[in-house]
Amino acid sequence: MSAKVSNFQETPSQTAGPYVHIGLMPTHAGNAGSYDGEIGVSPFVDGVKGEIIEIRGAVIDGQGMTLRDAVIESWQADADGRYPGETGADPCVTGHCRFAADPASGEFCLRTVKPGIVADRAGVTQAPHISLWIVARGINQGLSTRIYFEDEDNGSDFLLGRIENKNRCGTLIAKKTGEASYRFEIKLQGPDETVFLDI
Amino acid sequence: MGKAMIDSGRLIPRNGAVHPVRRDMEYKTSVLRSPDFPLLSLESTKTEETGPVFGHTSLGPLDNDLILNWSKGLASAIGERILLHGRVIDENGRSVPKALIEIWQANAGGRYRHVEDTYFAPLDDNFGGCGRTLTDAEGRYQFMTIKPGAYPWPNRGNDWRPAHIHFSIFGHSFGQRLITQMYFEGDPLIDRCPIAATIKDRSQLERLVAPLDFLAARPLDFLAYRFDIVLRGRRQTMFENKTEGL
Repeated sequence: MSAKVSNFQETPSQTAGPYVHIGLMPTHAGNAGSYDGEIGVSPFVDGVKGEIIEIRGAVIDGQGMTLRDAVIESWQADADGRYPGETGADPCVTGHCRFAADPASGEFCLRTVKPGIVADRAGVTQAPHISLWIVARGINQGLSTRIYFEDEDNGSDFLLGRIENKNRCGTLIAKKTGEASYRFEIKLQGPDETVFLDI
Repeated sequence: MGKAMIDSGRLIPRNGAVHPVRRDMEYKTSVLRSPDFPLLSLESTKTEETGPVFGHTSLGPLDNDLILNWSKGLASAIGERILLHGRVIDENGRSVPKALIEIWQANAGGRYRHVEDTYFAPLDDNFGGCGRTLTDAEGRYQFMTIKPGAYPWPNRGNDWRPAHIHFSIFGHSFGQRLITQMYFEGDPLIDRCPIAATIKDRSQLERLVAPLDFLAARPLDFLAYRFDIVLRGRRQTMFENKTEGL
């Protein structure tokens, strides 16, 4: 027997379903003009400092099929590793973007500024990365993961260092495919399953 | 204690027991779209503790009125008129002001305005099906809308979704991100729905079922339903900011 701690529990998740675009990306649903200005159209505006890159990829199910209904949100720091709102952050970086799988091919493209090294608490540093949150029909709770970059020094990143099976670290690292362009595939199952985060 | 102190702690880890299972044979699409491996559990970092700020300036005056927003105020959508309202708090019981709430739903006949929805129930010329708003200083929000219809969907032999409204909530940090669905009190289809049933703890599913809020109903105009939302909180003890490992 004991007194009760007074607290609250997070509201349970439910799948975003196949029509998530109506709410988050109405133009993608065929409903352009729902709003004056949609949210998360681009993570930066003109005048941004740093390298503009394109990351292409797809979300792939357990039988190798590409999801055509997935919506992804991204959140990232600016070219100097500062998040919007931090002192000295680039005012041209909003940091947040929404992008969707193409309804025909399932391919997605994130056009953004390459983030810098993030200085975290107590001297911990994080290699340049972009945080992702993935929703779709059949995904009962949004999936979190990160994009790191093949051409950056990821050796001392705290999160990658916590992946016990080092063979899986590569699932979080975007492959360079050309000048300022990368590829990042998100595999929901299988031997190459992407490392998803409970963070 | 200032705001900096309150917001400086790490995010409280998610409690998987409140959430749906990721894979459920009765919700067939989840079978190939749920990870096989356990997720990697870590303490939150600055990446998860920060997030975009949404200002009132980007929202239009009809954005939270789904009865009128598709027609730009010229004509009303068909259906049972309802006020949907509630409050967003965090796990510490604190209000979450300026949370972005986005909703989407089917029309009164159970049809979505989406290029991929082919159900033969007709579209309503005056209903788009999306709305958005920011919570006020006490975390409160409200929408005017119509009650959506139930609709069939291909899963098991004869599955129907209960009337529901999709909710997307963006608090102050990316790690709080949440999408869920709100159901309506008394709907007999909730107990037959394999998507609702992905939440195995009945008491947690009940939190998604909005009660009729008759005191908030407006005579000769609309009924009201209430839906309160809890986002992840952050730990607030004075020991939060110690150096790693010390």
